[in-house]
Amino acid sequence: MPTILVVEDSPTMRQLISFAMRRIPGSRVIEATDGVDALKKLSSEKIDIILADINMPVMDGLKLVSLVRGNSAFKDIPIIIITTEGAEEDRKKAMSMGADAYLPKPIQTQELIRLVTEQLGKR
Amino acid sequence: MDRKDGILRKADEFLRIFRQGEEFTRNLLSENERLRFRIAELEESRLQDLNESKIRHYEEHVRMLEDELKRLRERLSLLEAENKDLAKRFALAAVENNNLANLYVASYQLHSTLDYDEVVKIVVEIIINLIGADRFAVMLLDEKLEELVPIATEGSGTGARREDGIIAAVIREGESYFSDVPLRKASDDPESPLVCIPLKIKGHVIGVIAIYSFLAQKSRFSDIDYELFNLLAGHAATAVLSSKLYSRSENDYGTLRNFLELLKEKTR
Repeated sequence: MPTILVVEDSPTMRQLISFAMRRIPGSRVIEATDGVDALKKLSSEKIDIILADINMPVMDGLKLVSLVRGNSAFKDIPIIIITTEGAEEDRKKAMSMGADAYLPKPIQTQELIRLVTEQLGKR
Repeated sequence: MDRKDGILRKADEFLRIFRQGEEFTRNLLSENERLRFRIAELEESRLQDLNESKIRHYEEHVRMLEDELKRLRERLSLLEAENKDLAKRFALAAVENNNLANLYVASYQLHSTLDYDEVVKIVVEIIINLIGADRFAVMLLDEKLEELVPIATEGSGTGARREDGIIAAVIREGESYFSDVPLRKASDDPESPLVCIPLKIKGHVIGVIAIYSFLAQKSRFSDIDYELFNLLAGHAATAVLSSKLYSRSENDYGTLRNFLELLKEKTR
């Protein structure tokens, strides 16, 4: 049963992504509103995959990626970045920091489900 | 002499009988050989008949199996076609399901609060995250001033006049406007948005959403975009107006309550 952490400050996007993730059989979705909130959830829950926005208050998605990759307990958790930043350099930057996949908004939920399933399958 | 003749006669007789016996034995052997050959022939013929019957039976069976195979192949191709059709329908249903989920979430969020600022924030979130707009303005029509007042903007592109241009036409006609210009091109003219959506309540336009540019990755509109535009036209208008009226009534109620408190104090 995969536990998916959705890190997104926009309630609309958070609900939309969570809604899509609940369609993955047996999945459990946990929501966080920013990077700091996500780190708290990572400490208290066993997370299988992280879906994070980049532009968030308090702590952005890229900082969250670097902190997760730098932590031996969480470093192997796949991270998918979902963001409005669609430029190639933004994608390269996120991937070089340790993101496993990069999905620009507006998202196609089928594509997101496919990416998450693919990343979970690699584990 | 007689004795010798007698012996010779007997010998001749014996030889004759012996030759007859030999002849008879030879005939018997010959008949036996002929009968054995006949038996072999009959056996072979019977086997041949049997084989032919078996072959006919097998041929019939093969024909039946071939017919069955043909039927199964036809059934398989039908099932494959059916399967393809179902897969296609499933994919369409999945897309439809996702679209409905998007619309549900957008609608749910729009009506989740009566706080005016929150509603405006949600409208902005939908325009950015679900539609993929980069520069846009949400404007409400001020009936008294007869002008559009921006309530939310992202980037530039506000200050359109009501009397002329695309926005004026959208307000007048209450119909959405979609430019033929490719989405990757941005518009710097406040009067010429790429997309202009009227915010309508029961056919009455209360404002517009004018989009001047889209995110770089947004190359074309999908079906869900038009559905979202329609949803925004109706639901965003209702949500914005009701939250605005609610905020105003809350203020009025507060003022009235304070006024009543004041009156009570004065009458004491």
